[in-house]
Amino acid sequence: MTVLVAGAGVAGLVTALTLAEAGHSVRIVDKAAGFGPSACSWYAGGMLAPWIEAATQDAVVKRRGVTAIDWWAERVPVTRNGSLVVAPGRDSSELARFARRAEAFEWLDGEAIAALEPDLAGRFSKALFFADEAHLDPRQALVALQARLAVRGVTVEYGADLAAEMKRHGGTVIDCRGMAAKPELPALRGVRGEMLIVRCADISLSRPVRLIHPRFPCYVVPRGDGHFMIGATQYESERRGPVTVRGTVDLLNALYALHPGFAEAEVIETGADLRPAFPDNLPRVVSDGRVIHANGLFRHGFLLSPAVARDVCEVMDGRQAEFSHVPDRQRQSA
Amino acid sequence: MTSFYGYEPKSRLFLGTAQYPSPKVLEDAVRAAEVDIVTVSLRREGADGAGQAFFDLINHLGVRVLPNTAGCHGVKEAVTTAQMAREVFRTPWIKLEVIGENDTLCPDVVALVEAARILIEDGFEVFPYCTEDLVIAEKLLAAGCNVLMPWGAPIGTARGLNNEYGLRSLRGHFPDVPLVVDAGIGLPSHAARAMELGYDAVLLNSAVAGAGDPSKMAKAMALAVEAGSLGREADPLDPRDMAVPSTPVFGKAML
Repeated sequence: MTVLVAGAGVAGLVTALTLAEAGHSVRIVDKAAGFGPSACSWYAGGMLAPWIEAATQDAVVKRRGVTAIDWWAERVPVTRNGSLVVAPGRDSSELARFARRAEAFEWLDGEAIAALEPDLAGRFSKALFFADEAHLDPRQALVALQARLAVRGVTVEYGADLAAEMKRHGGTVIDCRGMAAKPELPALRGVRGEMLIVRCADISLSRPVRLIHPRFPCYVVPRGDGHFMIGATQYESERRGPVTVRGTVDLLNALYALHPGFAEAEVIETGADLRPAFPDNLPRVVSDGRVIHANGLFRHGFLLSPAVARDVCEVMDGRQAEFSHVPDRQRQSA
Repeated sequence: MTSFYGYEPKSRLFLGTAQYPSPKVLEDAVRAAEVDIVTVSLRREGADGAGQAFFDLINHLGVRVLPNTAGCHGVKEAVTTAQMAREVFRTPWIKLEVIGENDTLCPDVVALVEAARILIEDGFEVFPYCTEDLVIAEKLLAAGCNVLMPWGAPIGTARGLNNEYGLRSLRGHFPDVPLVVDAGIGLPSHAARAMELGYDAVLLNSAVAGAGDPSKMAKAMALAVEAGSLGREADPLDPRDMAVPSTPVFGKAML
């Protein structure tokens, strides 16, 4: 029986490929006209940083996220250069605090920072280096996943009427529609995020750099060819629409604090979207009869989608999985 | 029992709701500390209904909401934000915050007095975030504020009570006005100290939201506020220079 995957963002594509690799017949449909910014994963940072996330997120994010690095590296281009965490001089105590909560890193002094990232020489006297972390270019990765699906005879059917497809489909439906599933998942909320892409020929980085700042924590991910992605603001707001002046100023201030050489960078792109999240900011796999909802990946779309896809397979086989969750209306009546 | 515009909270700890790792962690902290009042920032982002999902989670906590004008930099902005807050949370309460300086987030006390006057005329019950300045405090009370919320230290600095003398003299000048130390608290001992000085409550956010274990810190803060309050009521000793043995030694049999 064919499984229908609704939504071709990172959750949908990873789930579809996982199912196809497990021998299922799969169809994947998306409402957008083609591959592009309709999925929030289009705006993702693409950091595979489970040990950094351990500093601020629930322990399950690290535990389930660590396997994502190999999963992606076996399937799409992944850069395994680790990641760096730095703090401006007057916030250096914040770095020590961050270190107390993170895992699997080493302290670097200024010389070691310069050896890893020559353009950051003299900028910071201390950094945390997470050698086992990795990053990818989300858009490139999603294209590569589609190519892998195509090899297995699965092509994303764009321009689909998802409601009609989900209703018409006779077998199991995996609902990976993100925010569009809110009517069925009332606990789901959107958390607005904003990002920028700049081009700067003067500075080169080989790995993501996270800047700890008490007001504007941010990260800069090299995308190759002089391009850098800067992310990401986080607001408890479901407002869509373009980036705000405040968001842009916060992100650019942080970028400038990382290196004043970015002052001459060109702003290539700005983007804003909603991260689908549940109240604990952890994903849920909700089995609701014929439909299994896989949603709420929050800011961990690339880090947690392989784990979520595995849990979808478990739930399809009738087993409980770590991210299993009963539908909200059953909880209310229970 | 101190009354804040007619409401007598059981807990003297007021908790901010920003910067938690997730709404679930926030809820756990609110439950652990058993607070009755939480503050919520009505960011402009959320004013057009876009923040409703988060506000629903706050309302679901079942505690009294004190909306705030965090991040506002002028009278007009603060007044507009307060009016939006009243619509969203259906309460006349507003924590009025008007920032005057960006590095310290020091309140613009001149704009604060003006905004308080406008809002009180409009029926609001204003909780002004102010400094320990006595003259400004007088003006806020004259404008109709029935609560004052001086800072312990700049927002988010976790430095504790920067100017204990100033806070003490504020308490001394206004023995009957509900006073809340707002901002700058880092440790439970800071919160306890505020209560020992005779303050009526402590409002904090980052100290709990940013702690490694927010629930545990929320509980610690609640206990500290209670301990400081009980200690104050118990009429503590004053420090003295000469040791006083707790058991008399003079005349004791020497065997």
